[in-house]
Amino acid sequence: MIEAVGLTKRYGKTLAVDNLSFTVPTGRVTGFLGPNGAGKSTTMRMILGLDAPTGGSALIDGKHYRDLHQPLRTVGALLDAKWVHPNRSARAHLQWMAKSNKINPKRVDEVLDIVGLTSVANKRAGGFSLGMSQRLGIAAALLGDPQVLLFDEPVNGLDPEGILWIRKFMHRLAEEGRTVFVSSHLLSEMALTAQELVVIGRGKLISQTSTEDFVAQATENTVRVRSPHLSALRTALGRTGVSLRDEGDSLVVTGMDCAEIGELAASTGAVLHELSPQRGSLEEAFMQLTGDSVEYHAGLAETIDLVAAGK
Amino acid sequence: MTLLAVERIKLFTTRSPWWCLLTALTVTVGLAALITATAEADFPLTVEVTQFGRMFGLMVVMVMAALAITTEYRFSTIRSTFQAIPNRTAALLAKTLVVALLAMVIGELAAFGSFGIATLIQPEANLAISSAADWRLVAGTGLVYGLSAVLAVAVGVLLRQSAGAISVLMIWPLLVETLVPVIPRVGDDIAKWLPFTAVDQFLAGPTGNPPLSPWGSLAYFAGVCVVLLAAALVTANKRDA
Repeated sequence: MIEAVGLTKRYGKTLAVDNLSFTVPTGRVTGFLGPNGAGKSTTMRMILGLDAPTGGSALIDGKHYRDLHQPLRTVGALLDAKWVHPNRSARAHLQWMAKSNKINPKRVDEVLDIVGLTSVANKRAGGFSLGMSQRLGIAAALLGDPQVLLFDEPVNGLDPEGILWIRKFMHRLAEEGRTVFVSSHLLSEMALTAQELVVIGRGKLISQTSTEDFVAQATENTVRVRSPHLSALRTALGRTGVSLRDEGDSLVVTGMDCAEIGELAASTGAVLHELSPQRGSLEEAFMQLTGDSVEYHAGLAETIDLVAAGK
Repeated sequence: MTLLAVERIKLFTTRSPWWCLLTALTVTVGLAALITATAEADFPLTVEVTQFGRMFGLMVVMVMAALAITTEYRFSTIRSTFQAIPNRTAALLAKTLVVALLAMVIGELAAFGSFGIATLIQPEANLAISSAADWRLVAGTGLVYGLSAVLAVAVGVLLRQSAGAISVLMIWPLLVETLVPVIPRVGDDIAKWLPFTAVDQFLAGPTGNPPLSPWGSLAYFAGVCVVLLAAALVTANKRDA
């Protein structure tokens, strides 16, 4: 279990992580979701004791990372696939890591096999593609057969096959009863990978729920109704207590499905021109929740102006 | 012991130590060969002359030592290192020790290699390592190379950049220490206490009126290296990796 309590990191005037508290449960894949620059990587570095928090603390099974004995046996992490010396072979990279935590050298070949890098084990890591580097990073994370695993944006830059592989792999790790904490800025990816979500924006906690609840709550189902007898229908719907919103010449109903609305329309004798369920996208939901907490807005209008002016 | 093995694996699984070993030996032994082969008949060939290339070899060794740590910062493997070994002091001390030992071996090979090639080229010069000063000059090179490696690692940790660390390590002994005596009045007094001047007093001295004995000078140089290393360790522990 990973536990963050009032975790805070300040760089000069910028508050990168702001009084962040959450728990990452055992045996589940927990997604760490937030827009770019929300403080996900900083938080992960603090969990690993690489960066010192300005305030609060991050505990792994109740201990600070630096107090863990042979930490690679407790926590495996892939924060950046490029944290490898380019002239060192994949095997040598894993060998020194194994040695540092007194892990059996045989384990190096085992993890190389698990991630499918056996054939390139003696090649220099600098020549690896991003996908291969990610696999090497995962091999390093698995080296000590740890109970807790941290992955920072593991699918970034991967092809669909690689993404699928990682997704299945995380599920398997969680099914084995491990704690898996994986960050991403893509809600659609997290909806498929994670069972639990910790959502942050601008370093602050936005919500911690199960992915199911988060998606359901964020993408409320609505129904669009068009009818020449809209005012009669509005009155009838109004009596049931559902929430109504006008959108052009149509009515958007929240809290009632198509069948119920259709029956109600029939009983009031209203003619229907359209009755269509609307499903909000996950991205929209994510934007709604984190919209005002995005660190770097693109300023779309400005960009268009610049392009138009030929700059 | 485990940490030393870790750093040994790290050092020897990249190519830079091999290149540095080769370069350091080529430069020192090559210069010794060149100077003995081209020496005029009336040129007195001494043990000191055979060690002409020691400063060049020292530069190569310091570059190697600095790179051993600055490349870790450049490629962020320092984070993997601290992730595997959260005790940063222990991790960095192990690296320093391994690099220093390699530097020491290079120093001995360079010094005895230079002497050896000189005796091969000019056997009639009857070169011999006989006096205590001769032994200090030749065998002492290893000690100086080893300590200089400690200094270079410390500078590397403090600056974290290859270019910056190498510039400092080159400019200090080659430029700063040769220019300080030019400062009027106080120049000479300061110069006596500069670390690489102390190295010269140990290897080739005593010359002039040094404040310390040759071994005292080496101890002084070692002290400078240890102080810098301590500063580097304190910094590395405070800083975000």
